[in-house]
Parts: sequence; structure tokens; C-alpha cells
Amino acid sequence: MIKAERTIGKFSVAALGLALAAAVAAPAWAQVKVGAVLSASGPASFLGDPEKKTLEIYVQDINAKGGINSQKLQLIVYDDGGDANAARTFATRLVEEDKVVAMVGGTTTGTTMAMIPVFEDAQIPFISLAGAIEIIQPVRKWVFKTPHTDRMACEKIFADLKRRNLTTVALISGTDAFGHSMRDQCIAVAPRAGIKIATVENYGPGDSDMTPQLTKIKATAGVQAVINTGFGQGPAIVTRNYRQLDIAYPFYQSHGVASKQFVDLAGAAANGVRLPAAALLVADKLPDSDAQKSVVIAYKKAYEAAAKQAVSTFGGHAYDGLMILTRAAQRAGSFDKARVRDEIERTTGYVGTGGKVNMSPADHLGLDLSAFRMLEIKNGDWTLVSDSGS
Amino acid sequence: MGITMAEFLQFFFSGLTVGAIYALVAIGFTLIYNASDVINFAQGEFVMLGGMITVFLGYAGLPLPLAAVIAVPVTAAIGFALYRFAIAAAREATAVTLIIITIGASIFIRGAAEIAFDKRFHSLPPLFGSNPIRVGGATILPQSLVVLGGALIILVLLWAFIDRTLFGKAVIAISANRTAARLVGIDTRMIVGVCFALAAGIGAVAGILVTPITLTSYNIGTLLALKGFAAAMLGGIGSATGAVVGGVLLGLFEALAAGYISASYKDAVAFVVIVAVLIAMPQGLLGKAKIERV
Repeated sequence: MIKAERTIGKFSVAALGLALAAAVAAPAWAQVKVGAVLSASGPASFLGDPEKKTLEIYVQDINAKGGINSQKLQLIVYDDGGDANAARTFATRLVEEDKVVAMVGGTTTGTTMAMIPVFEDAQIPFISLAGAIEIIQPVRKWVFKTPHTDRMACEKIFADLKRRNLTTVALISGTDAFGHSMRDQCIAVAPRAGIKIATVENYGPGDSDMTPQLTKIKATAGVQAVINTGFGQGPAIVTRNYRQLDIAYPFYQSHGVASKQFVDLAGAAANGVRLPAAALLVADKLPDSDAQKSVVIAYKKAYEAAAKQAVSTFGGHAYDGLMILTRAAQRAGSFDKARVRDEIERTTGYVGTGGKVNMSPADHLGLDLSAFRMLEIKNGDWTLVSDSGS
Repeated sequence: MGITMAEFLQFFFSGLTVGAIYALVAIGFTLIYNASDVINFAQGEFVMLGGMITVFLGYAGLPLPLAAVIAVPVTAAIGFALYRFAIAAAREATAVTLIIITIGASIFIRGAAEIAFDKRFHSLPPLFGSNPIRVGGATILPQSLVVLGGALIILVLLWAFIDRTLFGKAVIAISANRTAARLVGIDTRMIVGVCFALAAGIGAVAGILVTPITLTSYNIGTLLALKGFAAAMLGGIGSATGAVVGGVLLGLFEALAAGYISASYKDAVAFVVIVAVLIAMPQGLLGKAKIERV
């Protein structure tokens, strides 16, 4: 009996020794952890779900091609359901338990703003996938973003309005962080663009009927066009209500609805709606001379084959975020967080699904207004209204 | 900008549309409360299930009418299961405990729906097209009239069932005095179970009718249950007619508040109504005041 126990004891010690040796030798097989806190469920699910799928597809693709700096990437995804508190908890978990080297995520403005302090304190590069300009203005050392800002969306819409000789608009916004932020940006930018804002209405993101607000807009004298800022199912319902009330003015949406799901939900009511969006949505219709055409077509093919879903610009932003991060790591030659951050800030001439990116210490987005295209929805599909440039 | 008739009419139609939705949810609350003194906060989930099951059976390839016809009894069965495994199993628990159990059940059903279906929003095609009907400068969707009509038809059918069938008489007996009903040989557990199933079925029909207007998703049940409860309280928690009246009134208050005060406070209206009713008029508009004989 005692002899057997001693033998077992010896074996355990040996096994423990081997395990320790393996752990010490492990760095050779170690994976580099990249975190992603996304809103794959909840009101932002049609933004977060394509983002999640895109990151999974491309991390797998990168690893199949040998990884970055001879190391494989391990993607750790958490679903915050659109809730800022949950996002913050997951961000803390990524930093403290999973020990990620970088984060590509933050589907909504609300969740991004909640997570920024976590990554700033931990000094980990954070590439956000949300819209509001306040994410990168004022510039924060460790925070970057890939989608066009809400201010750019306002400027693009106002430019299109001026081209059509329309100068007085009404705004109807969701009370979510993005809808609210874009509304504030439009109000701030309007005087400079020569646009007068006649009236502003709100709706809650969970509301199912916006006819009272639209009725008030319809009754306001002088309104020539209406802009809806927000994302999720709210804009789809606003669009349906807009047609129900026979409002004849041109109707603009924001890039928060740049996905087929909006077109499906809004149905025939979406005909004639204009919105600023990334070139990705009209990939096939771009002229061959367009610098983005090859990138967006390649992404579109890969995404649609793997995810069996139409592309959306949100997945495209996640793709751009991942590419910017991995190219920065390649240039840095390592995954040292400070070096990677510096290289992200030096990104120049990167042509992504969102446009051409030229970052700088003062500009952690890198896109200009030409990166946005004005689209119009016709018969359930996206069409290009004008070439890039405002 | 003066208050014109056309605008008022539009707010009125908007209020009727949402009011009809609340009315249908409130009828379900009333039925279960009458049969068992339980406020069933899972009622909103039945509305969600009706819409979601129909949508997903439609994606699976079934023609929508068939999907709807299957979704209703499936939801009714879930309602019966709720009673059998959660409420009846709690035996002689207090009312508060039973209410908390229904809240737990609603969270469970919502979680199961999130996994079984998905987290996106879905729609169903309206029954009579989406061309709005124009009346006096305002417009109303044909589907809103369908929901209103549906609420009235269900109200009438429910009344006929309760008042004119033996089963209905048993429900009345149980709501009057449960012990006495048991003493005269009524199988209270079976009858209350069927009432749960009926309320769930009504909720499912409501869900199918309103999805073309409000869209459906796995988490629409919570807010609907709260508003339906407010409507039932306003109309008088024991009265089915009160449920419809309360629902329509609540919808009108919300639409008028959104139109004339501010849309940001629309959701607050339901909660203000609950507080006001409980303070000033706990029996609601059409309910009977409870008189305790000593």
C-alpha cells in the first residue's frame, strides 16, 4: 500500500514538473489575445452581429496565413447587449483576466464611452466601432475609431441639401447616445452650412409609433426636408410612419441604418430615402477607377460567403479596425502595447471599407468627407447618388 | 402653430393604435386575475411569443396563416405549463410570491426566446396592405383597425364564453369563492389552468396582429406587460370591458402627451397612471370596489 502511494507520489511530481516545463516553454505556442466587446444582441444587434462575424472570419483567415509577427491571434468576444454597464464590466474582464493586448469593439457610442476609461487606465489601444465624434474629440492617447463621425454625416447631408436648394429642415432623433449626439452635431454645424433647423423631435429607442412627432413636424411651417438620427428599429418605424402620413419632403437617414435589415424592416417606405454611407454598400456599382473598389469587393465576397448574409457597413468598420491593428503590429514588429499604439497613430494611406485612412496625433479617425458617399434606397437596394466629395 | 383638427385627429388615431395593443394585453391580465387572483407579469411574453413563433415558422417555410394557426395553441400550451409548473406548484403561496414567480417566469421565457430565436427585430406583412386610410386630414393604417376590431371581437367571444357556457360559470364561481367552488365539485386546478392557456392564446393573437405595426423582438414583452398592467388597473382589474376601455384610454393619454407635451415623457404616462389609480381610485374605472363583510 505505502509503496504504491509513494510511486503515485513520484509520478505526480514528475507530471507536475513536466507541466511546469511546458508552461515555461509555452510562450512559443502562446496566442496573442485581442479583445472585442460587441453588442451582438439587443437594440444594436444589427450593428454588433456583423461586427462579431467579421472579426471571427478575419482572425481565422489571418491565423491560417501564419498569424502576425509569427504569432497566432486569439479573439475574445463578449456580448454587452447594448448595455453600457455590461460593456464596462466586460472591458475590465478583458484587461484584468484575459490580459488582451488590444481591443477592437464598442459597437455603440454609449458602450464605447463607458469603456474608454478602462482602456485609458490600462494603457491598451482601443479601436472603437461607434459613430459619435466625442469618442476622438478631444483626442485620447489610446482611443481610435474607424466609422465616420456623426458630424461628418451631418455635413454630408447638409451639402446634399444645399445642392437640392433646400435650406430649412426638421430633425427627429432617437434618445440613444448616437441619435442624441448626431442631433447635437447637426444643430452645431447647421449655421456654418447655411441650413436652418426649424424644429427638433425625439423618440425613445423602444417606441413603436412616432406619428405624433411626425405630425408636429408636418404642421411646422417652412420645413423642406426631414433628417432622422438614430439606429436600430426606431428609424425603420419612423420611415414607415413617414410614408403613412404622406409627408412629401425629402427624407434623410443617418449611417446608423446602413444595413439591409433597415431596408427589409422599412419595406416599400424606404424608397427614396437618402443617407450618407460607406462605399461598401454599393461595391458593385463603383467605377473601376475608385480606389476603394477592390477592397470593398474582396470584403463583400468573403463576408457574404462565410456569414451567408448581405454586407453592412458595420462589419466593414470591424474589418478596418482589425486591419489597422494588425498592420500596425506588423510595422511595430511586436505586440508591445505602446509600440502598437504609436504605429496605429502613424497609419497612412490605408484603403479600407470606410475610405482612405490617414491618422495623426491630432486625428484618431483619419477619414475625410470624401470617404462618405451619398446613397439613395431604390426598390430595396442601395444606389449611388453622387461621387465622393461634397 | 395652432391646434388644428387634423393634428388632433392624427394624435387620436395614434392613441387608438397603441391603445388597442394595450387593451389586448390587459384582457389577458384580467382573465388570469379573475380566475386566480394572480397578476401575471409574463403576459407580455405571450404577446412576444405569438409574433416570434409565427415569424420563425414563416422563415422555416410554412405559409404565414398556417404559422399563425400553430403559434396560438403553442403559446397557449406554454401558458398552461406556466400555471401547472410554476403557479399550481407553489400551492398556497401568498399573492406577492405568485407575482414574483410570474416575473421570474417572464425572465425565463425571454431568455429561452433569445436562444431559440435571435436578437433581431422582425416584421409580419399587414393583413390588408399598408396603404393608409385618410380621414379628415389624418391617416390611420388598416392594421390598426384590425387590432381594434380584434380586441372587440375577443372581448365579445370572451364574454360569451364566460357568461354562456358551463365552463365559464365555473370560472365565475372560482373567482367568487375558490373554496366553495371546490366544495361543489369544480376542478379548480384544471379550470384555472385552462384560463392561463386562454390568456396566453389571447396574448399570442395580440402579438400576431400587432407585429405588422410595432415589429417584434425577443424583449418586447417587458414594457408591454407593464403598460398592459397599467391599462388593466385603469379600467378596473376585474373587468374585461374595463381592460379594453383602460387600454384605449392609456393609448390616447400617451399619444396626446407625446403630441402636446413632449415625446420624451411618453413612457412615463403609464407609470403616472398606475400611481394615480392606486392612490385615488384603486378599483379603476369599471371595477367594483371591494367590500369586506365583517
